[in-house]
Amino acid sequence: MAEFLTTPLGIFVIILAQVLLVVAFVMISLLFLVYGDRKIWAAVQMRRGPNVVGPWGILQSVADALKYVVKEVIIPSGADRAVFIMAPLVSFVLAMIAWAVIPFNDGWVVANLNVAILFVFAVSSLEVYGVIMGGWASNSKYAFLGSLRSAAQMISYEVSIGLIIIGVIISTGSMNFGEIVRAQDGGYGLFSWYWLPHFPMVFLFFISALAETNRPPFDLPEAESELVAGYQVEYSATPFLLFMAGEYIAIFLMCALTSLLFFGGWLSPIPFIPDSPLWMVAKMAFFFFIFAMVKAIVPRFRYDQLMRIGWKVFLPLSLFWVVWVAFAAKFEFFGGAYARWAVGG
Amino acid sequence: MSVQVFAFYLFAITCISGGLFTVISRNPVHSVLWLILSFLSAAGLFVLLGAEFVAMLLIIVYVGAVAVLFLFVVMMLDVDFAELKAEMARYMPLALLIGVVILMQLAMALGVWETAEGVALADRPDAIAGGGEHNTDALGRVLYDKYFLLFQLAGLILLVAMVGAIVLTLRHRTYVKRQDVLAQMYRDPATALELKDIKPGQGL
Repeated sequence: MAEFLTTPLGIFVIILAQVLLVVAFVMISLLFLVYGDRKIWAAVQMRRGPNVVGPWGILQSVADALKYVVKEVIIPSGADRAVFIMAPLVSFVLAMIAWAVIPFNDGWVVANLNVAILFVFAVSSLEVYGVIMGGWASNSKYAFLGSLRSAAQMISYEVSIGLIIIGVIISTGSMNFGEIVRAQDGGYGLFSWYWLPHFPMVFLFFISALAETNRPPFDLPEAESELVAGYQVEYSATPFLLFMAGEYIAIFLMCALTSLLFFGGWLSPIPFIPDSPLWMVAKMAFFFFIFAMVKAIVPRFRYDQLMRIGWKVFLPLSLFWVVWVAFAAKFEFFGGAYARWAVGG
Repeated sequence: MSVQVFAFYLFAITCISGGLFTVISRNPVHSVLWLILSFLSAAGLFVLLGAEFVAMLLIIVYVGAVAVLFLFVVMMLDVDFAELKAEMARYMPLALLIGVVILMQLAMALGVWETAEGVALADRPDAIAGGGEHNTDALGRVLYDKYFLLFQLAGLILLVAMVGAIVLTLRHRTYVKRQDVLAQMYRDPATALELKDIKPGQGL
């Protein structure tokens, strides 16, 4: 057996098993995330939320998924069939692919790339194609307007996300997630994580992540009140399910990124409690809770406000932060808090 | 056939067929989508070469930004492609001539290309910077240490081009009503609202 695992076929089998494990984890958490999202939202609005299917309605998402799958797929007569079908696939598959480089514990990662952050960034910059293709292929002006808005929005906020990530990369001296988390392991528990030296950027990253994943208050691509449901208005059944799943997976990925980049991934917040992948999962769940709370509490932005914040506030701030981090890292301000590679953290 | 060779042929074939379909597909939006496939396969080829940093940059810059702009333009402009096709037929001989000339030049240049032994390795950025490190570090060292001035000058030229484009298209329109964002943000109910006590049956 051990011999078989070193042959090319064996390695292939191992990688396949790892991939299936990650996919299973993401898909199962997806079911509960959608449920949790609805429950949190309901609780804020003093409703009960889903409570019929299974105990406390916990199987609601399973029932919904089943319903989507067995329904008929309707393709509008003027639609570009190939692109119409491809768009939800693109959006779902790309959202999944990025998980290949997300570590859940030291070394627990499918592909240990040395450009892992760039990979995630590249994949999330491709995600805009699912939206554009879907909106264009639907042959409907609401869908098209939604997709145009979405494309502009995602590109704008990618710029500031990229600059914020550069700050973290400068502090670590590596683009590997494992290295980034290890650099945050400084012996002071949660006070050696990057959220402290990169404090304002945590908020900027979080807000940009909301905009990048088209979550409320930046859900202008689907703005029900103006555009019906934006780029996905013509979609039904499984393709719609894929769009929605892709969106939630992208949100969950952003939660994972926030915990890896700024909150120490699998590191434990208190020094004498051992590090464990459970911390990583707990942090991701916590950030998802905040995503859900934002959705429940904050009213939707106007489109011009969104663009103004992206280009005139976030971009200059994050650009300034890159310059500041570069200086602070070069001259080792604050005992090397910004230059973790230099103090051997 | 090793995995690398298989992957190379896969990426090479998708790259070339993507390019081919970019040219021959009737729908311009499909063309752009094929072009994106071509870019992605090129990124795959870079990964096979061991230049993963360049591959990721290719995806981020070309696919994530430039191709989106293409797609925007192609979707927004309602270009009559039948007319364009007819025009293209008129210039076909000239285009073919240029194509053949470029192909011949490339063939002549590459045909007599002699490489010294070990040059393929020495050309790689990690070898230039001393080897033994990731190609991200190596590229950074080459760009920011060795060719610092040239790199900055290239950036400056791009900046000048951008400023030029903005200056050329900038118009100060005085008759347009603009939003004053600060004024909007500092508005409060005390200045914006007025309460009136209206008796029933009376207007204002």
